Amino acid sequence: MTRKRGRGMAAVNYPTGMNLGGDPSQALIHATTTGSFVVTLSSVDLGQGLKTVMAQICAETLGVPTDNIIIDTADTDTGPHCMGTFASRGTHRIGNAIIMAAKEARAVMLEVAAEELEVDSNDLTTDGAGTIHVKGSPQKSISIFNVALAAHFKHGKSISGRGIFLQPRSYPEPETGKMTPATCYAHACTVAEVEVDTETGEVAVLSLKSAYEVGRALNPRMVEQQIIGGAWMGISHALYETTEPYYPDRAHGPVDFNQYLMPGPGDLPEFANVVIERPAADGPFGAKGVGEMTANSPIPAIANAIFDAVGVRVDSLPITPEKVLRGIRALNA
Amino acid sequence: MTKVAVEFTLNTREQNEFVETGSTLLSALRDRLGLYGTKAGCHQGTCGACTVIIDGEPHLSCLTLAERCRGKDVTTLEGLAPAGALHPLQQAFMDGFAAQCGFCTPGMILAAKCLLDRNPDPTRDEVVDAISGNICRCTGYEPIIAAILTAAQGLRKPARKRA
Repeated sequence: MTRKRGRGMAAVNYPTGMNLGGDPSQALIHATTTGSFVVTLSSVDLGQGLKTVMAQICAETLGVPTDNIIIDTADTDTGPHCMGTFASRGTHRIGNAIIMAAKEARAVMLEVAAEELEVDSNDLTTDGAGTIHVKGSPQKSISIFNVALAAHFKHGKSISGRGIFLQPRSYPEPETGKMTPATCYAHACTVAEVEVDTETGEVAVLSLKSAYEVGRALNPRMVEQQIIGGAWMGISHALYETTEPYYPDRAHGPVDFNQYLMPGPGDLPEFANVVIERPAADGPFGAKGVGEMTANSPIPAIANAIFDAVGVRVDSLPITPEKVLRGIRALNA
Repeated sequence: MTKVAVEFTLNTREQNEFVETGSTLLSALRDRLGLYGTKAGCHQGTCGACTVIIDGEPHLSCLTLAERCRGKDVTTLEGLAPAGALHPLQQAFMDGFAAQCGFCTPGMILAAKCLLDRNPDPTRDEVVDAISGNICRCTGYEPIIAAILTAAQGLRKPARKRA
């Protein structure tokens, strides 16, 4: 038995969003009587952390604490339109819509505060901790709570805002096929190290080291988590997951998690990740999408590492022990 | 369908239930008692989402007959900490971003609690072994392993120890 080691790399340029008949998302914001801000969306948080990042973007733009933000991903029947959380578009599209809505709401909030403090609203600023005060004079201040109360019960003003981000439909140029299907592109590169058992064909991923250029990491811990979760999924696609393993007959397909294989906690490689930030001009606070791409570069990097280790080029996924052994046999034939 | 009486301890309280013969503990917890902290995943013992603690050991509630719990001590996620408080494992999962969609989290935490109750100072390999019956589709396991090791460290400090 021989175990051979190999190293491979792969890079990915990944578009943020995609072009259907135009790619819009809307956000509506309103203040409650007690100074919470409800952001109404039709977008969905399915674990990727959309609610957290949208609350951060809204709080930053309004100038209020993140705890004051309620992200309501209510209902596509009643909510403002969203194309959906796909194509790594959530942070970029919905984030931009929220910035637009929050700017409008902030202007009303400052107008009300200005009337209460009897100053010009241009002289006011927010401290991000729940208070609005006169620039350079923090003691001349009013709480967001009291501004919201006054807006409702004294001034009859709705502290609210509307926002939409639209990436217009792009038609290809007939001559060249050139078009603009997405907005900013994120980039990544992964180096994989593997060990291949030439007797069994089994592949162990020893390490996955990646560099990601994501515009700006609005929530660095969640970006890190996307990268590690995605890298795991990449290993799973590269080496394990298939609905039709080994046999041509569909009836032999896996029916449960004993047969539909995925790497477990004991199959993890060493992870090392670097995040590079080059803010995108059209991104919310410079952010691009870092979602789906995290599963992309690990797969070809692992395939290249296997080629480096044993000289076998497998061009279909998953790279099962059987395919590796057949490749080794063909090389020795 | 025949019903049988089952008396058991659930999250430190005496519980008396009439359950259908052949029905699972998972069904009793979720459908009868409304304790949705125990997740129903594969219903065939392969995903670990329905893990509960019975007499100190992790068990798959989808494969455990409710009537076999007579006289046993059952702990679900709801019994880990008083309402409004967090168990150190829950705190470590939250602080360490160890949940994404959250579906595997209750099973992971209870499997980890069984480990830490019998081994307060586990190695990384022992943590990996303890959660290898629990499938996670989002996190890549890395932050879950880290959170369990962090919680273990916190629990070993007497000042921060909770009941």
